Amino acid sequence: MSTHPTIITAPAGTPFVSVTRDFDATPAQLFRVQTDPDLVAQWLGPRDMEIVLDEYDVRPGGRYRYIHKGQDGVEYAFRGVFHTVEPDTLVIQTFEWEGAPGQVSLESAVYEKTETGVRLHMNSVFPSVEARDAMVASGMEHGINDAMDRLTELLADGKS
Amino acid sequence: MSVDEAALDRAFTALGDPVRRALIARLSRGEATVNELAEPFQITKQAISRHLQVLEAAGLITRSRDGQRRPCHLNPSALEDLTSWIDDYRLASERRFRRIDAVLETVKEQDR
Repeated sequence: MSTHPTIITAPAGTPFVSVTRDFDATPAQLFRVQTDPDLVAQWLGPRDMEIVLDEYDVRPGGRYRYIHKGQDGVEYAFRGVFHTVEPDTLVIQTFEWEGAPGQVSLESAVYEKTETGVRLHMNSVFPSVEARDAMVASGMEHGINDAMDRLTELLADGKS
Repeated sequence: MSVDEAALDRAFTALGDPVRRALIARLSRGEATVNELAEPFQITKQAISRHLQVLEAAGLITRSRDGQRRPCHLNPSALEDLTSWIDDYRLASERRFRRIDAVLETVKEQDR
């Protein structure tokens, strides 16, 4: 199984992030993996964290909420509402980290059938450029500290 | 990420030299003149100046004028561009997509 490239576009100075990625599956199969709560629990969230799906009700007006539990006991909860759900085609939903209440982003996922499989187009609109930058910089899970640590390592052998 | 690839090339090439990394490390503690920067090194002031020109061309440092002094400053935003290029967001996304690949394999197995 080949790994398809992930194309991420986050133009500087905008509140947008778009992510495109191909999968070797039908749109229906990918849609199912991304909307069936039992299957969602198998991939959503960092591998080193336990995930709890409080609710995951994929229908127009349905709510979702899930919690990542780190090994250090720290919990990160996320929630939102499904606005549009067109099976195998389109999902539009809100997204909010409960640690930053009110910073709600709007996300869409478009399932495009291709000759060999399905192409997933994800678009996010954040409430501000700053919120977008913070989310992208944090990698949603590890924080910019990781990147700064790596830069520090890169520079470390220069300090003598 | 959409970043200026040419600028990234210049920045990483500039950092691919131990003397220039040492100069960056020194400037991360505050501005300094060429004389001050040259002090700890066993190389000529002219060589240090050339290294500084490379760092300046790469956008990693800037130079200002303060009377007779021309101190060099680190350009923190250029370093931020480098760290954002390292890009945890991408790594997190790719890990997540590979997990989706794996779940898809089991789903496809069931569908057969």
